[in-house]
Amino acid sequence: MKKLLVAIFLFAASASVHSQDDLLDILDDETPANTIHDIVVATFKGTRIVNGHSIENKKDKELEFIIAHRFGRVNSGLYDLFGMDNANIRFALEYGVTDNLTIGAGRSSFEKTYDSFLKYRLIKQKRGESAFPVAISLFGSAALKTLRDYDPADKRSFAESLFYVGQVLIARKFGPSFSLQITPTYIHRNTVRVAADPHDIFALGLGGRIKLSKRVSLNSEYFYTFNQSKSINTTNSLAFGVDIETGGHVFQLILSNAITMIEKSFISETTGNFFGGDIHLGFNLSRTF
Amino acid sequence: MLFLLSLKLLIKIELTMKLLITIFCCFLFVTMCNSQERYLTKSGAINFFSKTAMEDITADNSQVLSIVDASSGKMAISILMKSFLFKKALMQEHFNENYVESDKYPKATFKGDILNFDAVNETASMLKVKGILTIHGVSKEIIIEANFTKTNDAILVVGEFLINLADFEVEIPAVVAKNIAKNIKVTFNFNHTPYKK
Repeated sequence: MKKLLVAIFLFAASASVHSQDDLLDILDDETPANTIHDIVVATFKGTRIVNGHSIENKKDKELEFIIAHRFGRVNSGLYDLFGMDNANIRFALEYGVTDNLTIGAGRSSFEKTYDSFLKYRLIKQKRGESAFPVAISLFGSAALKTLRDYDPADKRSFAESLFYVGQVLIARKFGPSFSLQITPTYIHRNTVRVAADPHDIFALGLGGRIKLSKRVSLNSEYFYTFNQSKSINTTNSLAFGVDIETGGHVFQLILSNAITMIEKSFISETTGNFFGGDIHLGFNLSRTF
Repeated sequence: MLFLLSLKLLIKIELTMKLLITIFCCFLFVTMCNSQERYLTKSGAINFFSKTAMEDITADNSQVLSIVDASSGKMAISILMKSFLFKKALMQEHFNENYVESDKYPKATFKGDILNFDAVNETASMLKVKGILTIHGVSKEIIIEANFTKTNDAILVVGEFLINLADFEVEIPAVVAKNIAKNIKVTFNFNHTPYKK
């Protein structure tokens, strides 16, 4: 009987010791479930995976000035200094109207093209109770080609110089260092070179990134086009990039078989064969205000 | 014989009673232990401030959990890193992604003893709290000075201290080294109220 009493007393004592055990455990129990933390952020470092847009937007009221270059083909030899002599440069201003809506306008030296776009974040990827597996954004752009490559007698009208692109960006961050995005794309061209060329082009993009360290990630991107132009021998766009984050800015170093940086061009007008050495070295620099 | 039997029974009853009383006492003891004076807040405020010639960076967290055990003078704090709000969303993203790595280390914690807690009363008194501060997965012993005020239904703890980022292995890349202070000023304000489990 005495033993039993001692046992009960010990049990009670241990229970009492346990109950005042760790104050941090109590705090853990009391931590409320917070839905804000369930939203997955930083799926990609930049607003582009390589050439194409990622689901990332500019943040609220942020203005970014971008200078991007794509040099000529590296297999063009020493005479052109491995492509350095022929650079396509794009200047652009991009602005976050809200955290979910980004607008931008740019001008590429290649074919003297002006472009503008709008990107809207529709759905965020979420963990936890109201989990949603992917993030979805909508992208639309219009481009105006102003290069006078036409017969002076048959001047191209404003409307005839326009191109449109619509994309649905669907991305998932699988873990801290791995993200994938698929990008169904529709391109409409008001003018084509020959009548046999399609006005509407359909393509599917696949892009991903692997984070090598906290500040460096390796990106790649491929766009498969379902129907292609007949007048030129186009290839699918393939590009690799390295994102290097230096404080507030992302510096992107790029290898691509396209010389252009806007969707209507690099998806539907690329002619380079990446593995044949038709590689354009490029970089994106940006300054956020 | 009958008398002897009834005596035995009586003793047995007495013993059982004794046992019951002991158990009752034990339970009482346990309940007493459980109902010790604990004070909790789930909406404690922490601000951190980095001042350099280039820029001032500040962030607020108003969802800090803190608990004070008035019977033992122990204290614990739990801070969700993702609850720090910055003026710029990009800064907040970089804070979580690159500096404190919130996915890997979601919480900062503190656990320690309030030295000379018995001196706490209705007038504010400056006391030292000695304990372990864990940020970014790195634990360090630290002594923090704070103002304690205890009333019937609240314990208020207010103070500030400096933390050295290098102590907690928070790397600052060279390009932004001029924008981020090496020592960050942390101010806190916890208004604890009685906590009943």
